[in-house]
Amino acid sequence: MNEIVRGLRLWFAPQRLREEGDTPDYRFSLANERTFLAWLRTALALIGGGFAVAQFLPDLPWGVRTCLALALLVSGVLCALRAVNHWVRCERAMRRGEDLPVSRFPTLLSLAIAAAALAMVVVLLFGWDS
Amino acid sequence: MPADERDPGLQPERTRLAWRRTTLSCTVVATLAGRQALSEGTGPAALVAVALSVLAWLGFLRVAHLRVLSMAAARPRPMSPRSALTSAACAVALAVFAAAMLF
Repeated sequence: MNEIVRGLRLWFAPQRLREEGDTPDYRFSLANERTFLAWLRTALALIGGGFAVAQFLPDLPWGVRTCLALALLVSGVLCALRAVNHWVRCERAMRRGEDLPVSRFPTLLSLAIAAAALAMVVVLLFGWDS
Repeated sequence: MPADERDPGLQPERTRLAWRRTTLSCTVVATLAGRQALSEGTGPAALVAVALSVLAWLGFLRVAHLRVLSMAAARPRPMSPRSALTSAACAVALAVFAAAMLF
């Protein structure tokens, strides 16, 4: 918990990040930035999926459609926030010369997406009316 | 490596293209947000939603453009936490508008 709070403080205090350790090779920072952007695109894709469910599945009952869209939107928001957090932690680890942080977020996100896809297959095969 | 020599791995170029791809993703989401808002009609609430979505999109566009410009240097400076936070905040804002428009 303490680690999370310290990470959050780094989000809003850029000078504090610069104070730590040495500036790494700029190519490592750029690679970290591209990873951040890839995660941000994942977040945008999830959010876009939420919009798509809300707009292009008019046959689903209102409750199911809203729940599915909300789940996609929430996972998109989590993914975007986690992208910033992971970027800050990687940047700090590189400045301090530590190992890069490990994370179970990719696994959790993959499992959640697999479960959602499976649910969609079931819905498509059997429908909600029957 | 001398300061004026380009990196043979083209890291700045790849990072610039990554920003472009992300801008495209953000444009798609902003377009869907506008479509969602206008599908309910063109009342004042819908227009406010469209305006806010355009604002979030413009905010992202600004961060991406500044970052793309800074990639012209031979050794670009690392991204500032504020840029990271602003670009993520724009994505979160679009998601929040989407959730608000669901009801």
